[in-house]
Amino acid sequence: MELKLLLLFMVLAAIAAVQIKDLLSSVIAVGAVGLGLSLAFLILKAPDLAITQLVVEILCLIILIRATINKDLPLVRDGRWFFNTASTLLFIALFLIFAYFALPELPRFGQPIMRVAQEYIDKGLVKTGATNIVAAIILDFRSYDTLGEATILFTAVMGVLAVIRRVGRINEK
Amino acid sequence: MIEYILCFILFCIGLYCVLRKRNIIKIVIGLGIVEYAVNLFFVLIGFRMHGRAPILAKDQTISNMVDPLPQALVLTSIVIGLAVTALIVAIAIRLYEKYGTFDITKIRRLRG
Repeated sequence: MELKLLLLFMVLAAIAAVQIKDLLSSVIAVGAVGLGLSLAFLILKAPDLAITQLVVEILCLIILIRATINKDLPLVRDGRWFFNTASTLLFIALFLIFAYFALPELPRFGQPIMRVAQEYIDKGLVKTGATNIVAAIILDFRSYDTLGEATILFTAVMGVLAVIRRVGRINEK
Repeated sequence: MIEYILCFILFCIGLYCVLRKRNIIKIVIGLGIVEYAVNLFFVLIGFRMHGRAPILAKDQTISNMVDPLPQALVLTSIVIGLAVTALIVAIAIRLYEKYGTFDITKIRRLRG
């Protein structure tokens, strides 16, 4: 029950984040969505995810506020209103059609198919010695995923530095 | 079932924001909402009713744990989402410095 209320709150906060004209208020609203997601992870019995989502959400808020603060923004007009709305509705309708066909195939809520994970749960303690199964999966069974994640993080940091830095830029007005 | 539908609604809101809005920061926010919806969907699929967190303890029966595999995948996905957001925002800041606006229809002069 509390999960449904929390999801409803997240939907309302997301609508607010999309529709508010002021950019700073919009960023704060998306922060509310992310922190609600952190609480939802806690209700869904995923404490590692809740901690990570909390930290990542705060960092995201700091980055987005850095982008929006002190910017004088003219009100964006709606050009080509009909074309934009029609294409948007087309894509949302496409997604909803796929979701309609996929929804009966999903496992019922609360009864997961644990065909792969059952082996991890049964043999995780013997094979890795870790009591936290999530840590055993990301650091032992699937540690190549974590290596790829570290590579992506490093690449993103290099990209941000290359885009932001001022040294070595020619033709600066 | 209603949790899945709320999750799909959240995804649709993010999709609408990405496709319809013309402000770059709004597009970044829409991407963030889509990412939240997808992460939430994975964890919802792995949830077991009256289950417990996937941490072994001595006083538990082994069969009532939630699925740890989607949690491990989503843990990777969250951190990658932060990296993607940081990269997009860096590009948006540079575009604002060059063009003086966040409006994507004004940013069309692709000169070096």
